Amino acid sequence: MSSETTAPSVTPGAGETAPVPALGRFAETAIRSLVPVLLALVAGGLVLLALGTNPITFYANVWSGGVDFTAWEDTIMRMAPLTLIACGLIFVFKAGIWNLGIDGQFLLAGAVIAGLAPELYGNMPDALMFFILFVVAGVVASVWTIIPAMLRAYYGVNEIITSLMTSFIGINLANILIKGPFQDAASNVPQTKAIPFTNLLPTIPGTRIHVGVIVAALAAVATWYAMSRTSFGLRLAILGANARAATHVGIPVARLIIVSFMVSGLFIGLAAASEIMGIWGYVRADWNPAFGLLVVPLVFLARFNAIAVIPFVAALALLTIGGDFATQEAGISNEFTLLLVGLVLLFMGVTELLGRNRNLGASYLQGIRRKVRVREETS
Amino acid sequence: MSDLLTTDVLTALIAGGILAGVPLLFASLGEMVAERAGVLNIGLEGYMLIGAYFGFLVAYHGGNTFLGFLGGAAAGAAVSLIMVALCVQMGLDQIVVGIAITLVAEGATALIFDANFAESRPTLGATGRIDIPGLSQLPVVGGADTSDGSIFSQPPIVYIGLIIVALTAWTLRRTHWGLNIRAAGDKPSALDAAGVSVVATRAWATIFCGAMAGLGGAYLSITAAGLFEDFITQGRGFIAIVLAMLARGKALWVLIGSFVFGISLSISDVLQIAGVDISTDLVFMLPFVTVIVVLILFGRRSYLPAALALPYVRGAR
Repeated sequence: MSSETTAPSVTPGAGETAPVPALGRFAETAIRSLVPVLLALVAGGLVLLALGTNPITFYANVWSGGVDFTAWEDTIMRMAPLTLIACGLIFVFKAGIWNLGIDGQFLLAGAVIAGLAPELYGNMPDALMFFILFVVAGVVASVWTIIPAMLRAYYGVNEIITSLMTSFIGINLANILIKGPFQDAASNVPQTKAIPFTNLLPTIPGTRIHVGVIVAALAAVATWYAMSRTSFGLRLAILGANARAATHVGIPVARLIIVSFMVSGLFIGLAAASEIMGIWGYVRADWNPAFGLLVVPLVFLARFNAIAVIPFVAALALLTIGGDFATQEAGISNEFTLLLVGLVLLFMGVTELLGRNRNLGASYLQGIRRKVRVREETS
Repeated sequence: MSDLLTTDVLTALIAGGILAGVPLLFASLGEMVAERAGVLNIGLEGYMLIGAYFGFLVAYHGGNTFLGFLGGAAAGAAVSLIMVALCVQMGLDQIVVGIAITLVAEGATALIFDANFAESRPTLGATGRIDIPGLSQLPVVGGADTSDGSIFSQPPIVYIGLIIVALTAWTLRRTHWGLNIRAAGDKPSALDAAGVSVVATRAWATIFCGAMAGLGGAYLSITAAGLFEDFITQGRGFIAIVLAMLARGKALWVLIGSFVFGISLSISDVLQIAGVDISTDLVFMLPFVTVIVVLILFGRRSYLPAALALPYVRGAR
């Protein structure tokens, strides 16, 4: 890097002026990703102390609640939807676009396939049924991103707001579908007709872990490949880095925005299919795991790398599975997880500030800062 | 269907629109001012939640609703200081910090409420109303003798809100402060060249936004619900952000938009009075569907300041 270049750099970029890190770039980047997590755990521990809970015991309970006995299988299964959502977010965030309608896309796709599954079940081989359900879920969630995508691409309307709005609509529409056309006639509770537990997604032999985990792993590899080895990924990166430059090199910006939104929806739909066909077999009205905003910080910490996001996803899965047990033991609200993830985001910001003048690895927010509004380019 | 136009139903519609609209009014008024100054507060939902909790807490322990409103506004302003420090001062990404504030506020309020009130779940009594002499006796818009009031029979905080709207509109249009705020959003370099601190202008606009959102949250818990519960704001912070954007920087449009949205949020209860049974899921969708349709029809005309969500760096191109 800078040690080899003999000519002094004119532009004082952080990478050029700072000395070569002693630990090497990988270690520096890893430190920069772990520091916010550690700070959040410490701050969360202080909150626990203030509530009269021993933080060491609490975090030990998170670990044992997420790993001991068969809990590790639940943790690994929880990783499947989280990884798929993270992959979906990478495609938009890398392009500097915010798809925050994750929960609506997830629940709507989930409700549609939960209503469709009992119709298909028994009429065809299970493998074909699962294939159709995964495709339908992906398409539904993908279609649900079109309105915010087009408003952003052609009118320049802020997609954060519109994707949140369509998310609320999607959540309520899912409830209407579950209570209306998809309601299980035999049940008093508003829920869809369940397909039998024995006929959910097949499991990996010797475990309870369903094959949705394998789908998620393949998706992570595919996302990594698409972002780092294809021209599509490069176009997204250019759009994210500088929308004006993207227009000047002839990238069809409006079309690319719509495509990246729809790919993002596709993966979020797959996440819903994996969770419902792997774990539940039906959907109950008002069910909302609200994974959306929890996954957002992980994608930044991993710097939009689909392979690097997996350890962070594992940590979040452990926290959500083990956190239920630990908060119950401590007698506190299980929304503690939300607080912890929010703190990770805040400390990410603080670490970014501290690292601005030191070379602590690549920035989290590269590519997500929009210097130019796309509206000017498209109209 | 003839039941729909009785005085009872119309009065209930107006009362419900005000009850659900006032939290939106305060929050989106604050957001509108902050947006004009170039700060996008995605954490508005978080400010409202914190305001709702601390407003409730102060009103419950202090035994005075007015103290509760002040407490909510102060708490909202205090949370917005995170935004001021990290985004306005240090130039960090406003959207990331905004999401963080919302998540932390959701987790923190649920945690503290659970720790303090999980067993008791206390409620507050009805907030006292002022009847405007004469006008409050009118049918439909008067409401002196109904349980929820109407336009001329409301708690003082509602009238204070209307005064704040008028003052904000006047300040933005007619005063140097207003000019500074608009310049901070449209062309911060010009404001800087004129010798006014962009950071200070944006900081005050953000603190105003935090205080207003906190006040809106406090109204929600103290007056509208009379209690606090987890996630009591239910996405109203995000609706308020949309309202602020659709209002194109005009305080009067914030007022109209909040009332219209308030009606669509409360219409299911009103229709029940009229004997119409309709799915609550469908009704909750209505305001959001309305926004999307409005955006599709008028999206090109939604106004945002040029420097919105961009940190100001002196001399940067």
